[in-house]
Amino acid sequence: MTEDKKLVQRPKPGTIHEAAAALADGQTTSVALCEQLIERSRAVDAAINGFRQLDAEAILRQAERSDARRTAGQEHGPYDGIPVALKDNLAVTGESCGCASRILEGYTAAYDATAVARLKAAGMLCFGRTNMDEFAMGSSTENSGYGPARNPWNTDCVPGGSSGGSAAVVASGQALAALGTDTGGSIRQPASFCGIVGMKPTYGLISRYGLVAYASSLDQIGPLTADVRDAAVLLDVVSGYDDRDSTSIPTQNGNFNQALDNYDIGSLRIGVPAEYFNVEGLAPHVRTAVETAISAYRDAGCEIVDLTLPTMKYVVAVYYIIATAEASSNLARYDGIRYGARASTDDVLETYYKTREAGFNKETKRRIILGTYVLSSGYYDAYYLRAQKVRTLVRKDYTDAFQKCDVIISPVSPIPAFRCGEISDPLQMYLMDIYTVPVNLAGNCSISVPFGTHANGLPIGVQLIGDALQETKILRAAHWLEGVGN
Amino acid sequence: MNYDVVIGLEVHVQVATATKLFCGCPNRYGEEPNTLVCPVCMGYPGVLPVPNEAAIRRTILAGLVCNCEITRLSKFDRKSYFYPDMPKNFQISQYELPLCLKGSVDIGGKGFSGDELPSKAISMTRIHLEEDVGKLTHLQFFSGVDYNRAGVPLMEIVSEPDMASADEAYAYLTALKQAMEYARISNCDMEKGQMRCDVNISLKPAGSDEFGAKIEIKNLNSLKAVHRSLEYEIERQAGILDSGGTLEQSTRGWNDDAGETYLLRRKESAHDYRYFPEPDLMPIQVSDEMLAEIRSAVPETPAARRQRCEEEYGIPAYDANVLTLEKDCADYFERCVAAGGPAKTISNWIMVELLRELSQSDTAIADCPVSPENLAALIGLIDKNVINGKIAKTVFVEMFKTGADPAAIVKEKGLEQVTDSSEITRFVQEAVAANPGPVQEFRSGKEQALNFLVGQVMKLSRGKANPQMAAQGLKDEIERFG
Repeated sequence: MTEDKKLVQRPKPGTIHEAAAALADGQTTSVALCEQLIERSRAVDAAINGFRQLDAEAILRQAERSDARRTAGQEHGPYDGIPVALKDNLAVTGESCGCASRILEGYTAAYDATAVARLKAAGMLCFGRTNMDEFAMGSSTENSGYGPARNPWNTDCVPGGSSGGSAAVVASGQALAALGTDTGGSIRQPASFCGIVGMKPTYGLISRYGLVAYASSLDQIGPLTADVRDAAVLLDVVSGYDDRDSTSIPTQNGNFNQALDNYDIGSLRIGVPAEYFNVEGLAPHVRTAVETAISAYRDAGCEIVDLTLPTMKYVVAVYYIIATAEASSNLARYDGIRYGARASTDDVLETYYKTREAGFNKETKRRIILGTYVLSSGYYDAYYLRAQKVRTLVRKDYTDAFQKCDVIISPVSPIPAFRCGEISDPLQMYLMDIYTVPVNLAGNCSISVPFGTHANGLPIGVQLIGDALQETKILRAAHWLEGVGN
Repeated sequence: MNYDVVIGLEVHVQVATATKLFCGCPNRYGEEPNTLVCPVCMGYPGVLPVPNEAAIRRTILAGLVCNCEITRLSKFDRKSYFYPDMPKNFQISQYELPLCLKGSVDIGGKGFSGDELPSKAISMTRIHLEEDVGKLTHLQFFSGVDYNRAGVPLMEIVSEPDMASADEAYAYLTALKQAMEYARISNCDMEKGQMRCDVNISLKPAGSDEFGAKIEIKNLNSLKAVHRSLEYEIERQAGILDSGGTLEQSTRGWNDDAGETYLLRRKESAHDYRYFPEPDLMPIQVSDEMLAEIRSAVPETPAARRQRCEEEYGIPAYDANVLTLEKDCADYFERCVAAGGPAKTISNWIMVELLRELSQSDTAIADCPVSPENLAALIGLIDKNVINGKIAKTVFVEMFKTGADPAAIVKEKGLEQVTDSSEITRFVQEAVAANPGPVQEFRSGKEQALNFLVGQVMKLSRGKANPQMAAQGLKDEIERFG
């Protein structure tokens, strides 16, 4: 690897919590913070393509207002003025929200996603729109309608996906932190490829209102951050019940950040499922990283529990049936009638065909067709209904497992970041989701934390999975492992 | 040849809620196009539906009113098809587990054509709740879509093929409409699209077990249109069958001006709507408490009320039927009776004077300017001889115009009845003197002549004389000089 292909860098202050401290001490201002990030972005993003959009002027105006609030002693809490990059599928009033798709060319959101509204309420700034696989369908950000994003560790490689832009801008020092979305690993896998922390919270912990749906029963917003504490900080800001989302969990907002101040790591039981290590194509360095982490936990006094998750062999198939079925329905609204790009013809049916033909890329069309097929009469029972039944069994596997342990450890991806264009067979790409999709199917929480590097110098992530609403446990396990790794 | 007619109805009824089914937009008719919309009912990227509990409760109420089984664990499903009136290109509807199953509505009495109908129960298959779609308008050079209606709660009420004539279908629809209005579930104004009806009709040789080809008629926007289109279609189909022709499954439209149905499309390959459970919504759990609460709000049925009014107030069956056709009318009647007054007199006043004024001014009885208490007061004034019946009618018209109370009008206009006997005697003497002919006729036993003379007294008193006192005075006067 040549040095000029490596654009990874942490800004200073490099995290939300450091920046918050610097703002509080008067060592920096929101404007200074944003200018520094914008400058960095101007220098490196041509090579990374992590941002779809970054409106420097608008951001600096917001930053000035934040600084004025702070000067007047009227800041909206400790994170006022801190910028957060947003994936292009999260709605922000007045900003484009294109899901990196040509079909939403020209579309501007008319409302704030609940997560965005909560960031704003905390005084945080919306810092650009990050690149992604179109409609969050993909594992490499190569399916963007606006060109692929690149991995800052080696720009010949993919940053992972679908939140590849979010991961890449954080890893390359263009943003302190970002929000992404995870339907089958779309936060955790790019985080692991880019050497940062990525978390998929429990389904229902963060409102999906304003998250442009890919697969409604699997989608979840989550943080991509430089360290574990920042993930906890962002979770504190954006999580909590929302009456605009019927699947939102009525729960007390936990104090995740504070939970990292003091804990006993030895009290956690770490589960190791046998099936996770029998996956074909698991790279030796990835295996070693996970085994090293297990030893570290054992040395710290954790009980290591051997587990079995028999449904493991079905999860990829089940995921691609359920996700594509929901996607085929969720994406039906993009027809050019009410918003977005329209290929006008004299005939309404012809307009649908032409608009959708021109607007969606190949992978999106593949998934729409797949989803339409599995929901069709005559096939519904054999595919969709069967997949739902297996999903119930997957959930049960995890419920049983969490009777015996607190956190399950696993790889995030069988391999580290691959080269752009290297994987052209969609099925091969789908199979790499094996470690991440079961968590979405079960609705649990999970975090990817950098731990070790591959022989080729690319980062490796270790995944820590918790039961529903056990975010505190996986955050502590990840926080501790992060300390070991550093 | 004789045929058995088999008719089934699919009725869509909008639920009268304050807001739409899945967002906070007002559920209102008649506004400027696309003014009652938001990101949710426009299907913008990222929005989520939040169910309107009032709509769910009213649908359950509709089920209870129609003797349905209520599904305790119900859910919403997505129904997919592409059409510009559908913001999401799928409709949130109910497929597997509708809120209500297996109900029935009773019909009977005199049918629309005047013939007596057999008393029978028309069975319902199901009632489910879904979101209404937008409204397409085809203009000269382009088509427009109004999404104000998109997302309005809509019940789909599916009957069994239990009706055997246009009269029965008409009676079923009328009974259904009455039941929905009585329970305040919907206003069922067909002109506003609050109640819409598609019919399925087939003919088979009398007594045969095999059903004929099913013809669907769409876009029927009045009860009369349903009846007329069915009559037309029965005749058309019988004609084809009689002449040896065959019918094939098809969908037809109704041209109200021409009074005929026309072919829309032949049998199509069954639409694949790709139903699947709506992942954005949790299943609907109907608890015992919730069901009990809704059950306690079930109003008296129109039939029960008709019978009760007849028995409790001793009014004729005809009166009870007219008064209970609309719940508001029955309420009005009972409030009048409660305010005091003879029920039959009140009934007459409502059926003749009040309903006439309402219909002439196109006013709903709920908005009637004459309060039931004031109508009772007016009748009280007649009873107490303050005014006579004829003057009362004039007073009533004034009350309807101004909403004022009758005593005030009578006083202001000096309409009190003349009951002072000396004054009446003066009018009587004048009338007798001026009409020797009729006086003579009365003397010779012609009773009707007295009516003429009373009329003369009334005329002289400008309608204010007490007619009974006038008649008595005339008799006395004529006898005295007889």
